[in-house]
Amino acid sequence: MAFDLETVRKEFPILAREIDGKPLIYLDSGNTSQKPRRVIDAMTEFLENSYAPINRSSYRLAGEATDAYEGARRAVARLINASSTDEVVFTKNATESMNLIARSWGGANLGEGDAVVLTHLEHHANIVPWQMLRDERGIEIRWVPLTADGQLDLSDLDRILDGAKLFSFTAMSNVLGTLPPVAQLCAAAHDAGALAVVDACQYVPHNATDVQAWGADLVAFSSHKMCGPSGIGMLWGRMELLDAMPPFLGGGNMIDTVTLDGYTTAPVPAKFEAGTPAITEAVGLRAAVEFLEDLGMDDIRQHEIDLTRYALDTLNDRFGDDITIFGPDDTAVRGGVLSFAFRDLHPHDVSQILDERNVCVRAGHHCAKPLMQVLGVQSTTRASFYLYNGTDDVDALADALDSATDIFGF
Amino acid sequence: MSGLEDLYREIILDHYRTPRNRGELESPPAVESRGHNPLCGDEITLYLLVDGDGDDAVVSDVKISGQGCSISQSSASMMTQAVIGKSVGEARAMIRRFRSMMGIEGIESQPGDDDIDLGDLEALQGVVKFPVRIKCAVLGWTTLADALDRA
Repeated sequence: MAFDLETVRKEFPILAREIDGKPLIYLDSGNTSQKPRRVIDAMTEFLENSYAPINRSSYRLAGEATDAYEGARRAVARLINASSTDEVVFTKNATESMNLIARSWGGANLGEGDAVVLTHLEHHANIVPWQMLRDERGIEIRWVPLTADGQLDLSDLDRILDGAKLFSFTAMSNVLGTLPPVAQLCAAAHDAGALAVVDACQYVPHNATDVQAWGADLVAFSSHKMCGPSGIGMLWGRMELLDAMPPFLGGGNMIDTVTLDGYTTAPVPAKFEAGTPAITEAVGLRAAVEFLEDLGMDDIRQHEIDLTRYALDTLNDRFGDDITIFGPDDTAVRGGVLSFAFRDLHPHDVSQILDERNVCVRAGHHCAKPLMQVLGVQSTTRASFYLYNGTDDVDALADALDSATDIFGF
Repeated sequence: MSGLEDLYREIILDHYRTPRNRGELESPPAVESRGHNPLCGDEITLYLLVDGDGDDAVVSDVKISGQGCSISQSSASMMTQAVIGKSVGEARAMIRRFRSMMGIEGIESQPGDDDIDLGDLEALQGVVKFPVRIKCAVLGWTTLADALDRA
């Protein structure tokens, strides 16, 4: 199936929704993506015909449900080119995946004075779990700074990484769209003897992902940003690493055996999947992965490169000095995320005015308050694109920004 | 555009463009109180100077610094004009009256609260139709309440 925008849009029932008789312009996919018909149908069909517990019961229906759940794991492993399906662990969301890494690997390997390296681009999910460890056991947190256009400043990377135990960084900024050189950063981490952890939450939905080519050790991402349902996230890790890590949450499914005296753990991935998981959501996730594969990740990325270029040029041409778009201008190192300041309007007011025309954007700190401090702003307005957005959406955004002029009387 | 016109009344835009009582007061003697909205990251600092003791003491000066959207800034600006010169008891009553106008539940109103004239602040009534913005409108008031408690 070749990438055709109108065909893609027809797959998303919500895009036919009108509010006040006007179409929906959804530009908040960096927050969460909309869901195609086949994801909705797969979940409904599963609930109506095949829902049952997994990994516990021996009747045929339970076998069917277990197969469906494990089918999702195979689909995710294929999508990111994992060397083994068992290297994919299902969690609640990418935030839980990051906490699993900090608690399990960090808990076993980090002590007072040990250094963890982060970057100024990070989402709170890749900051707070490490700050919690710092407060509990005195680890040190070091930061990779940014260049003026919002890329990582790698000029001093070797010194920053020197002696560090772990380097955890985003593969795509949720605020600036910046695409850091992941493979290069993984290699630099390993040269310094540090573990390479990648927050790929924004990256996987929009780019062909190959965790082996990256040379990463642990990678966190989520379903709900890639056309799948919320409530299920993923952690991929190299098997020998996952195997050596202690369990995260304790309970059913994650054990091999339990006695009055203690327990032994199940093999990976069950070791990290305590309790009944998001079974129906896994089924929806599999449908989402197959949807993305049918369209082709390279074609999706190319569509977003073209759209981002159009958006940068259109907004800069139409508003000139009245708009400041943060982040790199080069679409080779930027995904479809546009954070901007418009005149001296507060982002809350901008998003309110845009909402009047059903243009859905996010206003605020985007769960990246340290980055806001680095940018010298309290908050930004953010438009984020996905495969169902087109140049008409960008034009609608620009027209809606124009209407701010009328209301605030510039 | 009827909804937006309800929200962005002229008096609100006027206070946003030209906020009253902006600045800082020396602290002490002024009480300094900080408020923030974790959703959007807005932060304001309020300085309160009170003359006297108890509910009969007079709010002699209030200054506001920090950043925020048109709703939080204009609400705080109008609030300073409304409470300066009033007694602490009257200021507290205005806070109750304003919060109840914003539809916030669980406020124990006291006799006489319904008679309080909020004046220009009534223009903020349109905010109730935009629930996400109520937090913006009450930010200054919550910060004032905190300052009064510590004055």
